[in-house]
Amino acid sequence: MNIVLQNLTKIFPSRNKKSGEEVVAVNNFNFEIPDGKLIGLLGPSGCGKSTTLYMISGLQKPTSGRIFFGDDDVTEMSTENRGIGLVFQNYALYPHLTVKQNILFPLQNLRGKDKMDKNAMLDRAYEAAKLVQIEQLLDRKPSELSGGQQQRVAIARALVKMPKVLLLDEPLSNLDARLRLQTREEIRRIQKETGITTVFVTHDQEEAMSISDMIVVMKAGIVQQIGKPQDVYDDPANLFVAKFLGTPPINVFSGRVQEGHLYIGEDRIIDVKGVPDQEVVAGIRPEGFVLSDGGPLTCAPVNVEVMGRDVSVVSTHPASLNPLVRSIINADNRIELGDSPVRYAIKPRKLFIFKKETGERINFEVK
Amino acid sequence: MVESKQQWKAWLYLSPAIVLLLIFTVWPIINTVAMAFMEDYSGLAKIGGDTAFRFGIGNFAKVVQNADFQQALINTVLLCVISVPISTILALLIAVALHAIKPLQKALQTIFFLPYVTNSIAIGMVFAAMFNVIGSVGTRRPLISSYGIVNDIIRFFGGNWVNWINSGSEHWANMFVLITYIVWNALPFKILILLGGLTGINKQYYEAAKVDSTPRWRVLTRITVPLLSPMLAYVVITGFIGGFKEYTSIVGIFGESMGPVHAKGSMNTMVGLIYDSLASNNQGRASAAALILFGIILVVTLINLWVSKKHVHY
Repeated sequence: MNIVLQNLTKIFPSRNKKSGEEVVAVNNFNFEIPDGKLIGLLGPSGCGKSTTLYMISGLQKPTSGRIFFGDDDVTEMSTENRGIGLVFQNYALYPHLTVKQNILFPLQNLRGKDKMDKNAMLDRAYEAAKLVQIEQLLDRKPSELSGGQQQRVAIARALVKMPKVLLLDEPLSNLDARLRLQTREEIRRIQKETGITTVFVTHDQEEAMSISDMIVVMKAGIVQQIGKPQDVYDDPANLFVAKFLGTPPINVFSGRVQEGHLYIGEDRIIDVKGVPDQEVVAGIRPEGFVLSDGGPLTCAPVNVEVMGRDVSVVSTHPASLNPLVRSIINADNRIELGDSPVRYAIKPRKLFIFKKETGERINFEVK
Repeated sequence: MVESKQQWKAWLYLSPAIVLLLIFTVWPIINTVAMAFMEDYSGLAKIGGDTAFRFGIGNFAKVVQNADFQQALINTVLLCVISVPISTILALLIAVALHAIKPLQKALQTIFFLPYVTNSIAIGMVFAAMFNVIGSVGTRRPLISSYGIVNDIIRFFGGNWVNWINSGSEHWANMFVLITYIVWNALPFKILILLGGLTGINKQYYEAAKVDSTPRWRVLTRITVPLLSPMLAYVVITGFIGGFKEYTSIVGIFGESMGPVHAKGSMNTMVGLIYDSLASNNQGRASAAALILFGIILVVTLINLWVSKKHVHY
């Protein structure tokens, strides 16, 4: 089932009555979440991604705008009737119930024609437990489980009533790095197996990029860009999106366009035909650097970080807006750094230019 | 060692409390036990020079065989067994309701907490006034100037007025008034404790329950009550202990006669009995009764703890 968000807006009244400043948590969000896809809502904290999720769940009411599940307008519908599954950031497992009782809980609430008999409920609970691979933990209490196990129980509890929509609020934030990697694959697998339209919230761009069918990048309540992870990465709409996606992050320089050429400092990097002369911010992805003796960008080397597969060359450049310029070079090239400057050629598709004032992307033709 | 060098300081700091405890708690307890096992111990006799009290359990025998004791025990147990569950359930419902509302929450909390800071004798007198019938009750043609507020309400709805606490009133009516009073008096403390417990419950459990379409009564019975169980256990245990020590409420309503005019002492409780024995200069018997009460409270509390261990989570 697809979810349509139409002009969705949430304004929180100000806490301090004197100042009267309202907080616009979500500003005019329009998006159609396609059926059966995994969508990542991504952004720094306070960007409105969780608020959006809670509005879809019904736990928060939008100030204006509408939400549709399929053809049904659910804007005014209470959470109880929306038929969603929600996994909370802290899981919110009932501490006094065993894992089995926790998973059974939503089923025991079913009334009327949906009411199930005991065996059917148990079957469903086992099925859900199997899906998240916690069959052997059913008789334990949540306090006897690790974070990752609790997380699975929470997912099982959300899935057991076969919701039309699954919502996950920062599902991996309480897990350690290794478990996070494992669990995100797990979420992807479960979502694919069940085909439930899933929305999850994260501030970790890597997490969102790695498992989402589509990502929505938000900032200060405003949607910055929506698209497939690779598309958003390769074609960021603005400086914020470019900076937010990618590890190591994109290198940004202050530059200028003059007579169809992009200059970073005094280095003439590439041709940007058709772009009027102006001050710009240039962003270069770390993988966009190629070591080249005749390359246009000249940096002062600092050191080399070896990461096995790749080598990261750390250097400085006077026009860089970050303290360090970080490039990723294939480890096939043995790199010995001397005191002499390193020179880079730049892959044009890995270089973006943005308006200096607004951060808006300036498109140019790549030959 | 540094610790042992510092130890005398620790004892010094503790000494005021220890000295007071020794004088006013430990010594009286030892004394009580001693007096309870001295046959026919009486402070007056001791002052008179009679110091040779035989050791024995006569005091206990006399207390237990006393008809007043049996009445007092029945009264006390009835008061506890009826008032504690009622007040606990009422307090739970009120606390949940108070927790759920936003406007006027603080004001209502204050109102519900008022009985706690009010003198219980004063409350008892107000309750007595509410149930008091003024006039000649029990004569062939009663001449009555006031039926009391409660009877006025009953009569307003077309019921027959009840002789609650006056001469000729029945035991169940006395009991009803007393339990109403005790429940009302016990509510504020329980509400306060339970409200504190409710604020401590993570709101997300309720949001999760909402997402799972949990009906309201089920939220209460399956989430709120279990998560509140430590507080509920505390409230029930202290309720029973307080109930077994019930005394002032009876004085508040019936006065020192501990019952309506025609049946003095009929509403007496264990603590009342201890007072009576002291008043009649039977310290030995009073001590024995106190020890019996202590034993009962101990057993009931142990049962409470045993039950709560099974049902209290965490």
